[in-house]
Amino acid sequence: MTANSSPFLSASSLDKTFVLHAQGGQQLAVMRGLSLSLAPGECLVLAGRSGIGKSTLLKMVNGNYRVSGGRLTLHFDDGALELSDLPAQAWHRLRRDVIGYVSQFLRVVPRVSAREVVMEPLLARGCDTHDAHQRAETLLARLNLPERLWALAPGTFSGGEQQRVNIARGFIAEHPLLLLDEPTASLDSANRDVVVELIQEAKARGTAMLGIFHDEEVRTRVADRLLPLEGHMLGGTEMPASSAMPVSSESSSATTPSHKESLQ
Amino acid sequence: MNTSGQDSQYSGYNFAYLDEQTKRMIRRALLKAVAIPGYQVPFGGREMPMPYGWGTGGMQLTASILGANDVLKVIDQGADDTTNAVSIRTFFERVAHVETTTRTEAASVIQTRHRIPEKALSKGQILVYQVPIPEPLRFIEPSEEETRVMHALEEYGVMHVKLYEDIARHGHIATTYAYPVKVDERYVMDPSPIPKFDNPKLNMSDALMLFGAGREKRLYAIPPYTRVKSLDFEDHPFEIQAWDTPCELCGATDSFLDEVITDDQGGRMFVCSDTDYCQNRREEVA
Amino acid sequence: MKRPQLKRPALLDARNITRLYGPNQGCQDIDFTLHQGEVLGIVGESGSGKSTLLRVLSGLEAPDEGQVIYHSTQQASAAAGSATENLDLYAIGEARRRALLRMEWGLVHQNPRDGLRLGVSAGANVGERLMALGQRHYGDLRAAGQDWMERVELDPRRIDDAPRTFSGGMQQRLQIARTLVTQPRLVFMDEPTGGLDVSVQARLLDMLRTLTRELGLSVILVTHDLAVARLLAHRLMVMRQGRVVEAGLTDQILDDPQHPYTQLLVSSVLTP
Repeated sequence: MTANSSPFLSASSLDKTFVLHAQGGQQLAVMRGLSLSLAPGECLVLAGRSGIGKSTLLKMVNGNYRVSGGRLTLHFDDGALELSDLPAQAWHRLRRDVIGYVSQFLRVVPRVSAREVVMEPLLARGCDTHDAHQRAETLLARLNLPERLWALAPGTFSGGEQQRVNIARGFIAEHPLLLLDEPTASLDSANRDVVVELIQEAKARGTAMLGIFHDEEVRTRVADRLLPLEGHMLGGTEMPASSAMPVSSESSSATTPSHKESLQ
Repeated sequence: MNTSGQDSQYSGYNFAYLDEQTKRMIRRALLKAVAIPGYQVPFGGREMPMPYGWGTGGMQLTASILGANDVLKVIDQGADDTTNAVSIRTFFERVAHVETTTRTEAASVIQTRHRIPEKALSKGQILVYQVPIPEPLRFIEPSEEETRVMHALEEYGVMHVKLYEDIARHGHIATTYAYPVKVDERYVMDPSPIPKFDNPKLNMSDALMLFGAGREKRLYAIPPYTRVKSLDFEDHPFEIQAWDTPCELCGATDSFLDEVITDDQGGRMFVCSDTDYCQNRREEVA
Repeated sequence: MKRPQLKRPALLDARNITRLYGPNQGCQDIDFTLHQGEVLGIVGESGSGKSTLLRVLSGLEAPDEGQVIYHSTQQASAAAGSATENLDLYAIGEARRRALLRMEWGLVHQNPRDGLRLGVSAGANVGERLMALGQRHYGDLRAAGQDWMERVELDPRRIDDAPRTFSGGMQQRLQIARTLVTQPRLVFMDEPTGGLDVSVQARLLDMLRTLTRELGLSVILVTHDLAVARLLAHRLMVMRQGRVVEAGLTDQILDDPQHPYTQLLVSSVLTP
């Protein structure tokens, strides 16, 4: 795999600081001076001890967290796009067409079947329903999700089943930039292999990927480079006062209907 | 509309009961109504010596337009001989001393409750309708302020909601009387509770038609030769009632028939609702 | 890869809108742009002024100050061709405003009984806006009614039933069908899932998401429920005491709130 040398995503001197107003305006600096460069077809894996706050970077790239300082830039053939000051209404299209995010947990939308959850990123682009349907089923089959589950809402699925739905949803639309937040965390080895294949195929298509993988073996198989975070992450957890912000707390939201990711 | 003024033979009443100021006020309102066909004009309704619901609106209009030389006919559901018709006719005989008639073609002013005579009206005749509820939008919109805006802006979609509902429930437009019309392609109007059988007679009529609602103090008009269209759907066009049998008295097949119960054994017959029309036909045959 | 087209044409501009009933009662200095195809959530607690703002935006109540500008592409005068026409909502006159509300806009009330005619059948409710637009073919109206009942997951065989025989959730879906049947460009929704059971809410939310996507609707949604906002809205405005304290991408507002009040609001949500 020869990665194109000119970067698709670059970060220079990124800072992230949370200001906690409930705690007297306490400033919580979690990231300082992080720089990176990610080329099309390359998979860059964030390295660092557990709890260092690896997801923070992914959430900044995905727009969930604001950038406190530094620059975060996408490089298109016809010019650069600065993400740190992108107006809110631009993110919707950007996420639809450019940035895909596979989070660790599926934000379940009640009543929507697994197949529809997977199809949705394509439908949002106005793709033909029949095509989207077929591509969703192909992916779910590859990820060994039992066919009887396809028409059911994933709310009652096991963690591993939900995660496979989430992965299918993340890969179906072939975004040029994919953010992978522990996509293999609760999978068995057979399905981990499928995910590794999906990542290799995405690379071959020229997808730029920024990922977090706890699993040593998967990391070795997919990573082109490691991005060491030690020295940039200042020991904050990935999100301040997370217990006080349940709406944003993904870990508690995995199966509750009141927590949904904006699916657009 | 030539009023002879003060020469009523009954002292204590002005000619035709109403005072001249009131008549002028009503005539001004009528002129406005004629100028804006189908538009409801408010007027300062007066107390008449009858309860609301007995035709006080029509009577005030009749009183305002009646002249000493007019010939008055009063019908109630087509009949000249019901209590209501007789009472109103007698009233005007007394307070205006005008000639009255039962013959449609002889009358210059016809006050009517819920029918249009079968015999075609002619130029110069005036038909005065008694109207219970003048507002065709009232059934769906209780606010007068809102219905006035709806008329002003021609927001008439709800009228078809009512007709839609008819077809949905009965398979056809089941509204058989007070069937809404559009006057001169502008105002939707309630033609008073005449049977829809009479609606075609509103269109391009030779006569002037005036409508008066006493309780609501509204009047409106259809001038002669005005286009009046009954509302309908493309695939459910407006239709009038038809009967399988002719009138059992005169044999007419082209008139609106009333069902008359003849005994307490279930006996019934269908006869012309327009008594004058029926009578004439029988005399012609005889 | 080329830069994606991220700019979308503006559909509605709120320019410095103020509508006050008393000190801090109502809304003040509201300024924003809604873009085509966007779902904008207005969140805040009771009394924050979000409902007042919705009334002003949706043409029901004139502001004390400021303008609501709608960028209409329909019915531009023949001479102007297909060019966008900027309509100042409270300057165009009542006739034009009401026509706009009836044809290009829609309003979904929190209480479906405020948005339905309870005395006439479901089919007549769905067909009313079409009839107002001049459709006069009963068969077509009926077909449209059945089609829309199906789209909002109501049994089309109940087309002749009165809405009062429907449950609250069904009434709300009927109201949505009645509103969307003319394919409006802009829809205002006031707590559309407000009075409903949780299970019914979920179903309705999913339906709204699908319809919004399929019809390319632009929506201004008022809700106090952050979960509803997360699910439906692309962008949020947080209101407090009549003013917007924070606005931005929905995920950003909920995951990385900046304003002290937003932080408090987000952290006050109960989780089952």
